[in-house]
Amino acid sequence: MQAELIDIRNHMAQYPPFDEMPEELMDQVVGGVEVEYFRAGTQILEFGQDNTWLYYIRSGAVEIFRRSGELYNRIGEGDIFGQFGLLMNKTVRFPAKALEDTLVYRIPEATFQYLFENDDGFADFVETEDRSRLRSALSRREKSNDLMTSKVTRLIARTPVSAPCTVRLQEAARIMTDQGVSALLLMDESGEHPILKGIITDRDLRTRAVTEALPSETPISDIMSEGLITIRASAYIFEAMLMMLHNNVHHLPVMDKDEVRGVIALSDIVKYESQSSLYLVSNIYHQNDVKGLKKISRDVPDTFVRMVNEDANSHMIGSAMAGIGRSFTQRLLELGEEKLGPPPIPYCFMALGSMARDEQLVVTDQDNAMILDDSFVPEEHDEYFLALAKFVSDGLAECGYTYCTGEIMATNPKWRQPLRVWKGYFTDWIENPKAEALLNSNIFFDLDGIHGNTGFAEELKALVAEKASHSQRFLTLLARNALNRTPPLGFFRTFVLEEDGQHRKTFNLKRRGTAPLSDLIRVHALACGSRAQNSFERLKVIGQTKLLLEDDLGNLRDALEFISIVRIRHQALAIEDGRKPDNNVRPEDLSPFERSHLKDAFQVVSNAQKFLRFRYNAQVGRNAQ
Amino acid sequence: MPSNPEGQSNTPKPTWPEQYRELAQQAKSPLLKAFYEAGCVDPDMPMSDVPLVALDFETTGLDPNEHSIVSVGLVPFTLGGIQLGRCWHQVVRPQLPLHQTSIEVHGITHSDIDKAPDLNEVLDKLFSYLNGRIPVVHYRDIERPFLNVALQWRLGEGIRFPVIDTMAIEAHLHPDRRPTRWQRLLGKKPVSIRLADSRQRYGLPHYASHNALIDAIGTAELLQAQIHHHFGPNTPVKDLWL
Repeated sequence: MQAELIDIRNHMAQYPPFDEMPEELMDQVVGGVEVEYFRAGTQILEFGQDNTWLYYIRSGAVEIFRRSGELYNRIGEGDIFGQFGLLMNKTVRFPAKALEDTLVYRIPEATFQYLFENDDGFADFVETEDRSRLRSALSRREKSNDLMTSKVTRLIARTPVSAPCTVRLQEAARIMTDQGVSALLLMDESGEHPILKGIITDRDLRTRAVTEALPSETPISDIMSEGLITIRASAYIFEAMLMMLHNNVHHLPVMDKDEVRGVIALSDIVKYESQSSLYLVSNIYHQNDVKGLKKISRDVPDTFVRMVNEDANSHMIGSAMAGIGRSFTQRLLELGEEKLGPPPIPYCFMALGSMARDEQLVVTDQDNAMILDDSFVPEEHDEYFLALAKFVSDGLAECGYTYCTGEIMATNPKWRQPLRVWKGYFTDWIENPKAEALLNSNIFFDLDGIHGNTGFAEELKALVAEKASHSQRFLTLLARNALNRTPPLGFFRTFVLEEDGQHRKTFNLKRRGTAPLSDLIRVHALACGSRAQNSFERLKVIGQTKLLLEDDLGNLRDALEFISIVRIRHQALAIEDGRKPDNNVRPEDLSPFERSHLKDAFQVVSNAQKFLRFRYNAQVGRNAQ
Repeated sequence: MPSNPEGQSNTPKPTWPEQYRELAQQAKSPLLKAFYEAGCVDPDMPMSDVPLVALDFETTGLDPNEHSIVSVGLVPFTLGGIQLGRCWHQVVRPQLPLHQTSIEVHGITHSDIDKAPDLNEVLDKLFSYLNGRIPVVHYRDIERPFLNVALQWRLGEGIRFPVIDTMAIEAHLHPDRRPTRWQRLLGKKPVSIRLADSRQRYGLPHYASHNALIDAIGTAELLQAQIHHHFGPNTPVKDLWL
């Protein structure tokens, strides 16, 4: 072996069965190696194919299948495969496929036979499959926190199980039982290529079929879920997690263009990463009282810090924390309904502000409201909804979501009203806007239905999207309000610090950074009739109009991300130090890098505010009442 | 990418196999004659069939007229496999004094050099690898010009051959390598087309050591990855060589 190949020998020598092999033997092994690269998704070994090589994974990941096509093992760096076929009759017994881009070292069969006969450790190792399985399980655990860097395809355990959507209920149930799956994909096979049409899960069968005592001949298309939420094969596990969190679905079909690659379930992600925010979420749904919820709410700051340390971006963190908050709220509502009985009329529980925007962090209060069905009769129904609102609000306070000081909570009768009253509120805010009143109702323009008949919330979003863009006066006043809070930049790009109070010599990253940004983005979004709530999503919609230049949009997106991530890191540091996280930053606690770039980001906010003032004619003193 | 070498402008440019046949007639050195007579693969040959050799030189500097070759690393390969058993690494004695800085880069010391042969003494071995194969390099302005100059000095005539340049392929794939100021600010780095950085984009492992052989192997692996990701095994060699 050439001495220059020592890198290659050293790599192999870290892993069994090569770790205890004498150096001379290792030199011989390395001398016979052929290196080959496989792109993710490539079949490396087909069942029954002749094979005269032992494969060693230098980098990447490979899936080993049984003859039946069922996944047998998933192996990575330092693992070997192909040995069973070499031991039998040099034909492949376990097909192998590259899960990620993979570099393999192929060791020729002659070397394999020589090692098998001359090195007992090697012979033992390749004959024992259990050990390699245990080790791969361990290495999987070591890698378990890379939700940000692992693709969803890693979680696909088998080829997708599907049926035509013309099958009957009983047939669908039989297929699911035979195949041992908890979800069945239903395909429209009328066209040239089958198209994914719907899905049916174990839970659907229980709640929609069994409890309703549907006849077994019921067409499955009557009860399947349509309009599926799917994820693309190139997405990261993290994105799948956020999708599940946001949409409250437990199965996601993984799509490669129009083709279904497989289905991943919430439980797959929880198994993969027992520390993730999804684990916390699934745990939330297992709690049966406020005490239990309060107990696990103590894990929320840790989950937050972990995501920060894993380099998640602010969108991911904001969505995950909002998803957690939403789950606490939903579970409390379920518990409340159990305690108080089913609601007498339909209702929708609504999240407002940062939770609705998917921009929640750890320091947050509760902002919520209730939309009741128009059949609402206060004397008959309000006692129930007040009790439910109080139960949820008190429960959230127990779990660390403090009461809203502005009384924007469903416990306030003003924010617990039938849909027609809500429509009246929004119409009045938009069509007869008053600066003072708008300041307080700003928060209602970030809204999201999270429980019950969420269609009510959608009706309100539609109303806002339709009316807001037509009311110049409303946009002007909203823009003027958005200019109340300015970024903390003084002359010569110095930071302007608070002069007094308990936060002296600091500046507030929320009040003077992220809040003015989300305020001004909201104005533009409403002006172009967007129904999006998240600031990044809103920027996307704004980008489809010609309202802002491409460069300005990019700058806004980057400034929002940068200020948010500095704010997030500041809070994570406080949690790690055992301090109470807040938004007040002392300039000297920032790195020179952060300081300089924060100034740039604040400059972007300042320029964007100038444009807002000009665009919506929002100079203070003009058009004022 | 151009499929023809630099050359005459008006008449259709001769293909590489045609040039090899021509050069075989003209070459005086038996080594070069044998090299050209071994031939050049058909320009339409699919990459999956082309015999390749990854080649890397460590040099005392970047200018072939002023600097010398210090070591040669190479490994024959095809798209289907890189044969580590057939790789070769050789330190050679540079004609010009070794600078302190290049010692730091290559880890080759004066005592290594003192024991090393002149390139002349290992040319037979070098050509035994090059004959019949298309060289693959990362950055075409080193290996081909340095070998050309070294042979002009030693054999009195230079050498011409096509190369596949994995760095040129990366440059072609990333025409907009420079991020805007704002992108830089958010930590977006320019796309580097250096060997180690290019390899990272394909999930190829990091090699701790640096020598001509490891870099040659690294280049061979990179080409396999590039072809599987962007071109496919049926791509004719003429689309990639320069």
